[in-house]
Amino acid sequence: MFTPEMLESIKKVEATRPGRMGMEPKRMTADEKDALLKAYHPDYREDGFAEIQIGPNKGQKAPAELTHLLHSNSRLLHTQVDLDKIDYDVDVLVIGGGGAGASAAIEAHAAGANVMIATKLRIGDANTMMAEGGIQAADKENDSPVQHYLDAFGGGHFAARPELLRRLVMEAPDAIQWLNRLGVMFDKDSEGTMVTTHGGGTSRKRMHACKDYSGAEIMRTLRDEVLNRKIPVAEFTCAVELLKDEKGQVAGAVLLNLETEDYLVARAKTVILATGGAGRLHYQGFPTSNHYGATADGLILGYRAGAPLLYQDTIQYHPTGVAYPSQIFGALVTEKVRSLGAMLVNVEGEAFMHPLETRDVAAASIIRECSDRKKGVTTPLGSGVWLDTPMIELLGGEGTIEKRIPAMLRMYLNYGIDMRRQPILVYPTLHYQNGGLEIGGDGFTKAIPNLLVAGEAVGGIHGRNRLMGNSLLDIIVFGRNAGKAAAARAKEIVLGTANLDHVEAYAEALSAAGIATGDVSPLLLPKYARHER
Amino acid sequence: MENMVNVYFFGKKYSVPADLTIMTAMEYAGYTLKRGCGCRHGFCGACATVYRIKGKNELKTCLACQTQVEEGMYVASIPYFPTDKRTYEIEDLKADQRVMMELYPEIYSCIGCNACTNACTQNLNVMQYIAYAQRGEFEKCAEESFDCIGCGCCSVRCPAGISHPMVGVLARRLTGKYIAPESAHLNKRVEEIHEGAYDSLIEQIMQKPITEMQELYNTREIEK
Repeated sequence: MFTPEMLESIKKVEATRPGRMGMEPKRMTADEKDALLKAYHPDYREDGFAEIQIGPNKGQKAPAELTHLLHSNSRLLHTQVDLDKIDYDVDVLVIGGGGAGASAAIEAHAAGANVMIATKLRIGDANTMMAEGGIQAADKENDSPVQHYLDAFGGGHFAARPELLRRLVMEAPDAIQWLNRLGVMFDKDSEGTMVTTHGGGTSRKRMHACKDYSGAEIMRTLRDEVLNRKIPVAEFTCAVELLKDEKGQVAGAVLLNLETEDYLVARAKTVILATGGAGRLHYQGFPTSNHYGATADGLILGYRAGAPLLYQDTIQYHPTGVAYPSQIFGALVTEKVRSLGAMLVNVEGEAFMHPLETRDVAAASIIRECSDRKKGVTTPLGSGVWLDTPMIELLGGEGTIEKRIPAMLRMYLNYGIDMRRQPILVYPTLHYQNGGLEIGGDGFTKAIPNLLVAGEAVGGIHGRNRLMGNSLLDIIVFGRNAGKAAAARAKEIVLGTANLDHVEAYAEALSAAGIATGDVSPLLLPKYARHER
Repeated sequence: MENMVNVYFFGKKYSVPADLTIMTAMEYAGYTLKRGCGCRHGFCGACATVYRIKGKNELKTCLACQTQVEEGMYVASIPYFPTDKRTYEIEDLKADQRVMMELYPEIYSCIGCNACTNACTQNLNVMQYIAYAQRGEFEKCAEESFDCIGCGCCSVRCPAGISHPMVGVLARRLTGKYIAPESAHLNKRVEEIHEGAYDSLIEQIMQKPITEMQELYNTREIEK
């Protein structure tokens, strides 16, 4: 139910719609994009960041909330955990039960390793499940992995690590084939040709999808496969610290049963951190499209154990989060809505930008429209711009929305808004952590020889911005690779005695730098409970 | 003054702002959620919930993250339900009717009460997709169940003890793997890459200086 002011503005959107139908708003030049980002993208807001004062990335900046956690001590610092009492003893410990973790576990298992998953919530409680729009792969005649490389490299501001990006694009078709053979139902025509669309910043239509439940369809298939293989999954069991040995290797992790609050010890020859993103840290006060557990836990664990971060200062704000109604504030409105033809329109009904610019440019442009240009639509929680969804039905025919983006339709219908008839209000939402722990092309951290990272916890695959559809791709490509590499490495590893000395050393470094936050990290769960006293 | 409503979490009364969802209302009341909270945006099924409005007989099912609170709402969450997933080797299955008979025989005990459909938080026609599964019409079952998020409310209400979401997953995997046509262009590209057709091209682009990459990127042709 829209407010009277919103309904007035909708009339303007409707009035300009026929004129906008035939036109394509002009794309920005490289210089225009640079200037826009510097002026309006949240990554350029100095006060949103703080300098990291200890560890491998000392002197660099990170979002203030992340720096705070990096500057906090382990909850195990003054806690006695008997490391000789081993609860789990495995070749490969996968921390995280999302798409990357599940892919890794399946491949490690296929390679014959003794593998387990420990995950904070349930297997599948992950950003993977919520990815709507699709997954990229250059598998059409007019496309190639080289073209995919160019799009991703440019879209990421030429900062991606070439050896990582190479793997991403070269193994993309294989990832799609692997998923398809596991039974993922991709959108295809009757001949078997994949139905593919554009995403922001793509030069070819290479976005594969499973309606707008792409991530959910992938995740529930991977979860089913993990369970079929009887891979042990410890749910509601989060890692609170990595274990190391006297050789500087990781030796497993200390886990916490979230419900009983008992600690458990997992000994492992290799560890894969697949803990996902950080949206629930709400950088700069933004709402988030992320799941409840996205609190950057893996970054904290890895950093404390000595693994460096890369591009930890670049965050993706998805341009189209829900701005209204407040019950779903910050929820993702898939980019596919724009792929299917919906334009971004301001309060006056003007299309103020090309709808398929990259995400960082689109987010900055919306923020400019709502701030300095004062052409946003006022909402109870701030402001937003229109995403002119009725255009999709006009362009693709009646029923297109129900067929191609049923989750979006359902989400809005819950609150009495029919996006087939009326436009919807959007504003940027905290969506993705571009940076993370640094890895080499083989998936291992450079500092620790048997520690791997996969999925959103990795930094460097995408550079300083990520294209739509390259995240679902990266969790599969790098998840699978990590599983295979860990299984192989486990055969060579001889573990020493597990210890938590690095936790002590970290505490000393904090103390020497005069830092005392009074909090412990990783955060594990966001603090949403309101307490009157 | 905010518009407040009275809700009852597990029978205990709380006064909460009327514009909250059940999930955010629980947090407003002071709960730190561990179970019963997942994606918070209607995709994961973690927050299956049953409620009844005081004075009304009807028992309703919903997702706590997608449902606004109402006055007099008596709420209980169902953070876990023992649905019964059968294990199988997907490579060894065939997409014929016997698969369901062997793995999920209880679907043939469906009494047609439609409680599953009435309970579905996604408004799916659950009983219909179970009927398709009974008949071995996996593609139809897959399509009808596609938007299932696995909250399990259907199974909670089923007198025959059917684990509907698990039946849907199996039907979709059979459809995706065995029934939907193969993608020739995909298989061709995978083969080309394995044969090394792009090795030198990707090496070349990786070696290019940034200025050249910028030029290439800014002038690249974009498919209409």
